[in-house]
Amino acid sequence: MTPVAPTFFFYLLSTVAVVGAILVITRKNPVHSALSLIFTLLALAGLYLMLYAPFVAGVQIILYAGGIMVLFLFVIMLVNIERSQREVQFNQQWHVGIIASLALGFLFLYVYKHGSSIFPVNPVSMPEPMNTQQVGMALFRNYLLPFEIASLLLLVAIVGAVVMAKKRI
Amino acid sequence: MPQNYVPIFLFVAVVAIAIPATLMIGKLVRPNNPEKAKLMPYECGIDPVDNARGRYTVRFYIVAILFVVFDVETIFLFPWAVQYRALGLFGLVEMLVFLAILIVGYVWIWKKGALEWV
Repeated sequence: MTPVAPTFFFYLLSTVAVVGAILVITRKNPVHSALSLIFTLLALAGLYLMLYAPFVAGVQIILYAGGIMVLFLFVIMLVNIERSQREVQFNQQWHVGIIASLALGFLFLYVYKHGSSIFPVNPVSMPEPMNTQQVGMALFRNYLLPFEIASLLLLVAIVGAVVMAKKRI
Repeated sequence: MPQNYVPIFLFVAVVAIAIPATLMIGKLVRPNNPEKAKLMPYECGIDPVDNARGRYTVRFYIVAILFVVFDVETIFLFPWAVQYRALGLFGLVEMLVFLAILIVGYVWIWKKGALEWV
C-alpha cells in the first residue's frame, strides 16, 4: 500500500461529500436534494471507515442513508412540491446564514491553528476488527444507564409519532 | 485496515463507470425518434391518470417514523451480539430490559391501531 492512497481517498470522499452538500441546497427539486444528501452521507461513511470506525460507518449507512432518508423522502412527499419549486431558492435569511457560517469557519480555523494544545494528538492504533466489540464492551459495561435511557427515548419517540400523526388516540 | 476496503472501492468504481458507459453507448447507437406515447411514464400499460408528485397520506409517515425507531433499536443489538459471550448473563438481562421497554411501545401502537390501514 503506497502512502499516497489514504490522502487520495480522503480527498475523493471529501469532494463527494462537499459537492453533495452544495447540491442539496442548490437543487430546486427537493427529491434531487434528498438524493444528493444520500451521496454526502455515504461519503461520510467512507471517511468513518478511514478513521478505523467501521461500526460508526455501518450506523451511518443503515440509519442515516437508510432510515433518516426514508423519513426525509416521506416528508417531501407530504408537502406540496409544486409550490416549493416556484419559490425563490435563497430567501432573505441568507445574511444570517453567512454570519453563522463565517463564525463556524473562524472556529474551525482557530482549532486548526491552535488545536494541538486543546486536543492533544493521541494516535491510538487500535486493531480495527475489534472496533464493534469495543463499542459493545463500553456500551454494556461503562454506559449501562445511558443505554437503557436510550430505549426510553425511543419509546417517547414512538408515542410522539403516533400522537402527532393520528387524529384520535 | 483500510486496505480491506479496496474491493468495495473497486466495486463502487466499476459501477460508477459501467452504468454511465452503457447509457452513453446506448445513446450513441440507438435510433432517436421520440413520440408522445413513447415518452409517457410506463405504469404497467395503463395511461397515467395524475401527477406523480402529489401529496401522500400521512399514514406513510407513521410507518416511516416507526421504521426509523425500530431501526435504531436494531443498531443497538449489533454491539451486544458480537460480545454476547463476553457479556454473559448480565448483558442478556440488560438487553432484555432494553427490548422490554420498546416492546411496551410496540404493543401500545398495536393496540391503538396505528399499524392498521383504515
